[in-house]
Amino acid sequence: MRIHVLNDTPPQPGILRPALVLLLLLTLLTGLIYPLAVTGIAAAAFPQQAGGSLLQRDGQVVGSALLGQAFTGERYFQGRPSGAGASGYDAASSSGSNYGPSSKALLARIGADAERLGPAHPGQAIPADLLTASGSGLDPHISPAAAEYQVARVAAARGLSPDHLRLRIREHTQGRGLGFLGEAGVNVLTLNLALDAEQPTAP
Amino acid sequence: MTANGWLQILVFCGLIILLIRPLGGYILRVVEGQRHGLSIMLGPLERLFYKAAGVDPQREQSWAGYAMAMLAFNFAGFILLYLILRTQQWLPLNPQGLPALSPHLAFNTAISFVTNTNWQSYGGEATMSYLSQMLGLTVQNFVSAATGIALAIALARGFARRQAQALGNFWADLTRVTLYILLPLCLPYALFLVWQGVPQNLLPYSEATTLEGAKQLIAQGPIASQEAIKILGTNGGGFMNANSAHPFENPTALTNFVQMLSIFAIGAALTNVFGRMVGDEKQGWAIFGAMGILFLMGIAAAYWAESVPNPLLQAAGVDANMEGKETRFGIAASMLFAVVTTAASCGAVNAMHDSLMPLAGMIPMINMQLGEVVIGGVGAGLYGMLLFVILAVFIAGLMVGRTPEYLGKKIEAREVKLTVLAILASPLCILGFTALASVLDAGLAGLQDQGPHGFSEMLYAFTSAAANNGSAFAGLTANSPFYNATLGIAMLLGRFAVILPMLAIAGSLGAKNTVAPSAGTFPTNNGLFVALLVGVVLIVGGLTFFPALALGPIAEHFALLQGSSY
Repeated sequence: MRIHVLNDTPPQPGILRPALVLLLLLTLLTGLIYPLAVTGIAAAAFPQQAGGSLLQRDGQVVGSALLGQAFTGERYFQGRPSGAGASGYDAASSSGSNYGPSSKALLARIGADAERLGPAHPGQAIPADLLTASGSGLDPHISPAAAEYQVARVAAARGLSPDHLRLRIREHTQGRGLGFLGEAGVNVLTLNLALDAEQPTAP
Repeated sequence: MTANGWLQILVFCGLIILLIRPLGGYILRVVEGQRHGLSIMLGPLERLFYKAAGVDPQREQSWAGYAMAMLAFNFAGFILLYLILRTQQWLPLNPQGLPALSPHLAFNTAISFVTNTNWQSYGGEATMSYLSQMLGLTVQNFVSAATGIALAIALARGFARRQAQALGNFWADLTRVTLYILLPLCLPYALFLVWQGVPQNLLPYSEATTLEGAKQLIAQGPIASQEAIKILGTNGGGFMNANSAHPFENPTALTNFVQMLSIFAIGAALTNVFGRMVGDEKQGWAIFGAMGILFLMGIAAAYWAESVPNPLLQAAGVDANMEGKETRFGIAASMLFAVVTTAASCGAVNAMHDSLMPLAGMIPMINMQLGEVVIGGVGAGLYGMLLFVILAVFIAGLMVGRTPEYLGKKIEAREVKLTVLAILASPLCILGFTALASVLDAGLAGLQDQGPHGFSEMLYAFTSAAANNGSAFAGLTANSPFYNATLGIAMLLGRFAVILPMLAIAGSLGAKNTVAPSAGTFPTNNGLFVALLVGVVLIVGGLTFFPALALGPIAEHFALLQGSSY
């Protein structure tokens, strides 16, 4: 066993100085320089995405192409139920419903939504995504089946032909990633924006 | 289940296998301090760090010295993060004017990010200033991951070296892993994410007027830079409350796929690093093989369970389990993510686990309860699996009546005792605290769901904390003094009560000489050993947690079949 004399140099360098100095340096590097570098490059290379993919109409921000928003009117395609914020689609309070699979509250919500949707779309089964809340509460998409489900209603409300709407739906459908990843989805906001742009004077 | 779903799973597995050797080779060069492209460019910066810190990177530490350095660095990080979170209202880069976190929330969050858990008792966009996200959380995302990798390397050195008193230099390992592995991967990764749609800015939240005339406040911020390390470092703490389900964190099916790959990449490659360090790559492949078998069992079970319609919802006209899932991911990519994130100690989620079918939600729980040895957290998975390896060779040794050996090292009483200590730490936290929460009003107050699902919410929370995962059955309201304190303790014990015995084992093994293999040596690089290892992991985990799982997800499964709701 080695015996250390008091004035001997310690066998290990202290741990306080390296701990504090490396924490400080790594904080500056990974917490300041790195995010600021990404911010700078992103602003130059991808300004639209870096800014949140905001959509404007007549100089006014109407939303983000990546985020859903609430639609209730007959003239609009409607998105999924949302658990974000108190009234849904709160883009500063993302959340799913977090209801468990045996939850009475979930069954009650689904029942209420089915009662609201069913009569407006007679004779059709309601697609599952229109009765289930998304994980974020901000899902910008609905399934192609859920868009097709609403075609007759929107066509009647807007006085457009169903086939014309189907064409628009296809234009705003994002296919599977690389052809096999995830599922196809219809972007509800950009679809509705396009429909409004076609009928600028409509009420 | 669909053919396309399985195609995604198989392509995922194939790409991981392809990544292992190249990434493993590179990581080895970095941690051995060899020259490589980046060390030529960034070498001066590395040496500057050492000089400022008064560190000699050549001077190695004993296991105790390594542990003390790691603890000191983590403790300093905890204090700094706590202070930032408590004072964010006075600090810059807080455009929304968010107030300070409460003491118990700041305590919980600081432990959570220092231990690589990233459990979140808060919703990011409503709680954290940009400064807290960057200077506080992003930093710990980096260094807790680097700490995990450093520890796995130290343990591997213990197995690889003979009659050695030292396991490496923690400061050098930490610095090299951050500078040469994590940062260089994160920079292009973050830019890829921005290209796909992840915001990266320091602007106040945008106010939009929706097409129907309502106001929508759009939270954003420096998301991409944090997202990259959140995933790559198996941290999992989201910038946003909805984590990788949020379109701003995970905008496309492609980002989703890349996120899953990068959760596994480093952890999988470390098995190869281990094999190379001990001089037999097949040893690394054997460990990866056991991980792969457990992973395939998990994804098959979870995907199947989630594909069967919920009988209660089916009666109401809902034929697919899309509650809590995003349209762009669908069921297959959501379940693959759920299994990957809990196998790997990441804890990011792209679907709400609370809304999964009972048995599908049980698979993530089992993944975590097994100790996240299936790939695992960066570093933590390898050292967790090596603990089970020691247990497996010990059991094999008992069966044939020989002193167990692994890689020529005799496994003796001291190593087995330390292994059992490390393996018992997390079940003790999970079962003890869950039992406590189920009988205390303070525990029951946080539940959203009643019946067996409510029990599952508590069991999941403590499982996630003790396993340093961080995902949640998020119906549980955990931002209360009771949950913040108990979950904080579970995270601390789940990390450090495993790390310290593990380092002691490394020190003890490193000091031993190796014995030459003989006819009686049990080979540890073949299929028989892989099967034994899988068996030990499942039996130890199964026996420990089966009763608790029976009260939660299994009870709920049968209740659903009976048509019961709560």
